[in-house]
Amino acid sequence: MNKFWRNALRSIGMPLLASLFAIVIGGIVVAAIGYNPLVVYGSLISGAFGNLYNLGTTLSGATPLILIGLGIAIAFRAGLFNIGADGQYWVGAMVSVWIGYHFTHLPGLPHILLALLGGMLAGGIWGGIVPGLTKAYLGAHEVITTMMMSYIGIFLVEYMIEEQNAPMRQPGSFPVSPPIAGNTQLATFLPLNVFQQAQLSVGLWIALAAAVVVWILLQKTTFGFQVRAVGFNQRASRYAGIRVPLYTVLTLGISGVFAGLAGGVQMLGVQHQLNDSFASQYGYTAIVVSLLARNNPFGCILSGIFFAALNTGGQNMQQVSGVPASLTDVLTGLIIFFVAAERLIPVLRAWARRRSPGRRSHPADEGGTLA
Amino acid sequence: MEAFLEVRDVTKAFPGVLANDRVNLSLQAGEVHAILGENGAGKSTLMKLIYGLYQPDAGEIRLEGKTMHFQSPRDAIRAGIGMVHQHFMLIPALTVADNVVLGEEPGRIRYDRKEAVRRVRALSEQYRLAVDPTAKIGSLSVGLQQRVEILKAFYRKAKVLILDEPTALLTPQETEELFEVVRHLKSQGIPVLFISHKLDEVRAIADRVTVMRAGRTVETVPVAGATAQELANLMVGRDVVLRIDKQPASPGRAVLDVRDLAVVGDDKQERVRGVSFSVHAGEIFGLAGIDGNGQFELVDAVAGLLRVARGSIHLDGEDISHLTPAQRIAQGMSYVPQDRQLDGLVLEFDLVENTILRDFRRRPFSRAGWLQRLPALRHTERLMERFDVRPRNPERRAGELSGGNQQKVILAREVSRNPKLLIVAQPTRGLDVGAIEGIHRELIRLRDAGTAVLLVSLELDEILSLSDRIGVIHHGRLVDIVSAQTATREQIGLLMTGTQAPGGSEEVFNT
Repeated sequence: MNKFWRNALRSIGMPLLASLFAIVIGGIVVAAIGYNPLVVYGSLISGAFGNLYNLGTTLSGATPLILIGLGIAIAFRAGLFNIGADGQYWVGAMVSVWIGYHFTHLPGLPHILLALLGGMLAGGIWGGIVPGLTKAYLGAHEVITTMMMSYIGIFLVEYMIEEQNAPMRQPGSFPVSPPIAGNTQLATFLPLNVFQQAQLSVGLWIALAAAVVVWILLQKTTFGFQVRAVGFNQRASRYAGIRVPLYTVLTLGISGVFAGLAGGVQMLGVQHQLNDSFASQYGYTAIVVSLLARNNPFGCILSGIFFAALNTGGQNMQQVSGVPASLTDVLTGLIIFFVAAERLIPVLRAWARRRSPGRRSHPADEGGTLA
Repeated sequence: MEAFLEVRDVTKAFPGVLANDRVNLSLQAGEVHAILGENGAGKSTLMKLIYGLYQPDAGEIRLEGKTMHFQSPRDAIRAGIGMVHQHFMLIPALTVADNVVLGEEPGRIRYDRKEAVRRVRALSEQYRLAVDPTAKIGSLSVGLQQRVEILKAFYRKAKVLILDEPTALLTPQETEELFEVVRHLKSQGIPVLFISHKLDEVRAIADRVTVMRAGRTVETVPVAGATAQELANLMVGRDVVLRIDKQPASPGRAVLDVRDLAVVGDDKQERVRGVSFSVHAGEIFGLAGIDGNGQFELVDAVAGLLRVARGSIHLDGEDISHLTPAQRIAQGMSYVPQDRQLDGLVLEFDLVENTILRDFRRRPFSRAGWLQRLPALRHTERLMERFDVRPRNPERRAGELSGGNQQKVILAREVSRNPKLLIVAQPTRGLDVGAIEGIHRELIRLRDAGTAVLLVSLELDEILSLSDRIGVIHHGRLVDIVSAQTATREQIGLLMTGTQAPGGSEEVFNT
């Protein structure tokens, strides 16, 4: 278990440092434009965590980020970039809602499960079939295909509610779908009124459980073994008898399953109907979530909460201190930069070593411990 | 007599490793001096110190009686030190002359190509290198490219030539030609420093040899008075068995049967063109050939990593031509691929995961899709013990191990599966004498236990000392199959160039 903690520490330490750097530099930026960084950050933190309501809002916002981030992390582990999670999220949301306002004769729990499963399946198909198959058999790059499928998915969902006679549109002047059946709405996270107001549903429990499932899937099953092997070294995987194309399709599919689940959870737990909220872009923020978590499932929980906090806290920050909420975008950008820069550190170190040969060099060159 | 190049008590430490510990070396004018040592003995550190890539922590390097302080290779080159690296630094699209003069071109602003060709031709004649200055590098054989590297050194007025593992990539014939060049240089009074871990070559070419072990220079002896056994013992620090003693093979049934096999490589070229042979239980079938003649595509096809374009592969009588790699693994086929880092291991995985890399599907390493870490860990520990993998920590990542230990892990994994057929490609590439001995013993042991072994190696000596029968592949075709008992180096070397032996082929119990 020693190894477990060492790994945990290693995977938390650097992202923490990256976030810290970003916050410090963000503070300098704030000071430079004439605000007190302490006040600004204070309002950001109190806006995100200051009371139960704010905490609930933050956690509610974190739920889809964690779920999508987990899916993206799985893809990353297999060396694949699922950039199109946003579309998978929306397709999943659409199917969940559709199931949610049909089958109204079903009792609550089966109906909920059916709706979530439908969302997961839709997200999985959206992420897995076209990007997965074209990657595996034609070599099409998944960055391009997941992205393009994402746009198709978002526009498809928009089409479903946008026009007056759109297939899923509820008659009326707003572009919304009919609401899901009352008994398919997810219960509150904890039976507290304040969490109900903050729209924090049991979806968070689902997200937390999903992180455990992903960790077990990756570390404890032969499936995860093969996903990781393919991610690290395709040639050795082929040699090991792993069907690399199959695992490419499966991994992208499962990545989409989590995005679809996020969509379903969000609809059943928060929105209860499709509406024109396409600007949320959870699918893109989740890429950063998984990046900051270094593809560690438990890290996804922390970084999901962190980015949700930036969002909810940012609004409070704008009201209290007058700094534009887009400062949080600056922080996000800085964090991405420093997380990426962390990968740069070994490169820089190697470069410095080459610049001063003889002072410090690869001890591995002349490994003294050859048996 | 004053030494031409002298290294006195040079010490060089890296964090955690004393790479060179009071190393001494004296190179006389006009001698060929070999530095012999295992991988990791400190040979290349010493070379880098002499070439100015590293600066010594203590001690001094003297050239023609003067103490030198090289800050960079540039200084070393200016002082007259010429070095031919193991991996060439040439631009394939340019001509020989362009490559030689690159960086110090004749002419002022305009590059005087004619002058470059003239000078390179003159040098080539002076040192009898026989290279056409106008030929494109890309069209030259490895042996000729090496000569271009030598030309580069002399163009920069080298007074001493250092050859770092120069024969690693050469065919036997090319090696002999290189030795001719070295002898000629010696006759012109140019001292040559020859780095190698191959005993035979050192004995063939050098006048004196300095043996290095564990960062120290153990001894310098005249080659004439030293036997191969003495040198090997000096190098390893204990008694080594150079020639593996083996009983005559008692081959059984044909385990692997390859019929008229054709394989198309990754580059869409037909690399194997109708090869037929069989490997019997209890024999080692050696596949000899110059690199790039289809031998690795052939074994990849047998292992299921490349598609069979024509012909068939039978394992124990069953047609496996179109089975997946996983099915072939399950049928009892083991494979040690030639590139251990690219194919044989997942470097980011720990040793436990690498040990079960090809067997994670079966019990006890997994049950119903769940990995069973504990049995895998115990299995890994047992194998590490038996194959002496160091450091003995199964949770180390494979990438953190030395090449020799990585190879041991792969071999241990493949051998522990009790295969019917073991394919080994380049099993000892880049390994040192001690490790090679262990791996060769293991292969013989498996053969004696009744395993069919298909050995592919670019090292003719390895093929000759291990094989019972030898198939020689050239340009995708099996030129001949000969018995190892009667085969000679010269005969195989000739076959490797595609020349059929004059006496016709000796078919030895080839079914």
